[in-house]
Amino acid sequence: MDSVYTVIFYVFTFISVYVQIFFLTTFLEKRKKIVKHPENLELSYYPTVTVTVPCYNEEKTIEKTIKSLLSLDYPKDKLKIFIVNDGSKDNTWEVVQQFKDDSNIVLINKENGGKHTAVNLAIEQSDAEFFGCLDSDSMVHPQALKRILKYFENDKKTMAVAPSIIVYNPKNILQYAQNIEYDMSIYTKKMLGFMGGIHVAPGPFSIFRKKVFDDLGPYKKAHNTEDQEIALRMQEYGYKIDHCPDAYVYTNTPDSVTKLYRQRLRWIYGFIKNLIDYRHLLFKKKYGTIALFTLPSGLISIFGVIFLFVNVLGNIFNFIYRKIIEIHTIGFDNFFKFNYKFDWFFVSTKAVLLFAIILYILVIVSVLIGRRMAEGKTGFPISIFYFMIIYSIVAPFWMLRAIYNAIISKESSWTFERRVVNN
Amino acid sequence: MHEHEPNDWKKYTIVFFVTLTIFVSGLWISNYLNNKKIDQLRNIENKISLDLMSSETQFSLLEELSCKDISTTVLSSELNSLADKIAYSESNIGVENVDVISLKKYYSLLEIKDYLLMKKITERCGQKSIFILYFYKNEDCNDCTKQGYVLTTLREKYPNLRVYSFDYNLDLSAIKAMTSIYKVPDNLPAIVINGKVYSGFHSIEEIEKTFPELETIKKEEEKKSSQEQKKTP
Repeated sequence: MDSVYTVIFYVFTFISVYVQIFFLTTFLEKRKKIVKHPENLELSYYPTVTVTVPCYNEEKTIEKTIKSLLSLDYPKDKLKIFIVNDGSKDNTWEVVQQFKDDSNIVLINKENGGKHTAVNLAIEQSDAEFFGCLDSDSMVHPQALKRILKYFENDKKTMAVAPSIIVYNPKNILQYAQNIEYDMSIYTKKMLGFMGGIHVAPGPFSIFRKKVFDDLGPYKKAHNTEDQEIALRMQEYGYKIDHCPDAYVYTNTPDSVTKLYRQRLRWIYGFIKNLIDYRHLLFKKKYGTIALFTLPSGLISIFGVIFLFVNVLGNIFNFIYRKIIEIHTIGFDNFFKFNYKFDWFFVSTKAVLLFAIILYILVIVSVLIGRRMAEGKTGFPISIFYFMIIYSIVAPFWMLRAIYNAIISKESSWTFERRVVNN
Repeated sequence: MHEHEPNDWKKYTIVFFVTLTIFVSGLWISNYLNNKKIDQLRNIENKISLDLMSSETQFSLLEELSCKDISTTVLSSELNSLADKIAYSESNIGVENVDVISLKKYYSLLEIKDYLLMKKITERCGQKSIFILYFYKNEDCNDCTKQGYVLTTLREKYPNLRVYSFDYNLDLSAIKAMTSIYKVPDNLPAIVINGKVYSGFHSIEEIEKTFPELETIKKEEEKKSSQEQKKTP
């Protein structure tokens, strides 16, 4: 039994180390191509752009979101902002009325139908060359749009560009931990971008050529993760998705474990369900990186985290069980004795431990690279430890639940979660 | 349908070999450190073996020596710490590792030799000690774990108690000889005290009750040492 565990552990760590080394070699190979755009960036041509903000019960954050869009450094006559109220039950509709006279803004009120219906309505009504969406819990950097459009200008084959998402105004340990995670995913996303393997065009401010929707159709419900589905659909048809590290979007993140759990449950559940829907891509070499690398490693990482968790939990239970037997047998005699003398002999020299350390170092390296790419910060933030500790304890729960829900096909609601996140 | 980017097979392969190299190096380092530990254990065993031989020689010369010149105190504590290290190696390096098994066999032999010698010395020199031979197995034996805790506690409580533990399943003829001499059943744990076998789990209280001499010897020893302290100004 023990050896079976060890073998599984070796396989998981081998694949995880492989993935990290893959990212690292990509980084070393392409790091010169990671451009930082100048402040006074100009495009040779300013295409028309529609950005839509789907909103459901967002009275608290919507104003900031819209104002950030209005402050985008972009010719006003080229930019249209669609605010689609998806049947909010709070004062969202009243709050957005203050923008009704703005010539850039179009206000649309519709019955509740889910986020994808709100965005699709805007796609139908838009005649711009580029289309994007901004979740109503996020704000954009003034230069974000120009920087993203530069990618389309430089490569005609690029069909969508994802931004760098940064945690807005982190206040507690949980949000600092998420900040680290977001930094890391800026790095992994850019590397996947180089490899042509991005599997999600995130809700906050991914910009598409309008042609994508004309060719491939509108958003689908896609298990409430429409931003993953559209990316997979694009990958299936060979539509290139890139990532712009310095197009910043600041997003409000869950401030409690329960809210984070709900959000991640939806993401992972969506990932699993979309993976099942797009299973025909898996390991087919004609679909490239997404089929050979992104999707398999995403799946492995879910099982890896769960396996590690079960393993650690088993060890903890074993330890407690032994302590209970000890106390039961000899009383508390030994319990308060700490005559432990340090001896190098008792430091574990198991190979698995060594591999776990290597893996942790690689993860830390990717966080540091991501932080540098995203925020230009160097140094070692203490929140890396918050991230590692919190995520290794909580993540297995949402992953297990997501697998369970995927098996019994229980959808987690976007709208319900929205309400919870922003309350 | 657009063109997909061609797959970079060369990179997939290179990264595979880099990862493989890291893993092979990791295994090598782990193996190297484990061998260091085994060497360390071997050195300890050799030292104990030397000490034992020295005691045995002293014992042979006993007629020309007085009892108090025989050194007997160092061994048991060294054997105990060695036992801890071997137990740890079983979990860290592996129960089935050939080196660990051979170290364990050697250790068991040292224990038996120490036991025989100590018994002779106690008889000849009139020292009062109690010997416990403890037979256990590693797998599927919760009571063995419990008995281990009991004996460790007793050993700490009574310095004159000498506990020798033996893995019942260790393939060593000397252990087999002992189990047949004392008729140790396979119903483990089993302890042998003064030549008598007690199988199954026995709590601290049970052992103390069956062997009141544990307490009396302890008291006598304490008395003796306090008298000696008074003598030396």
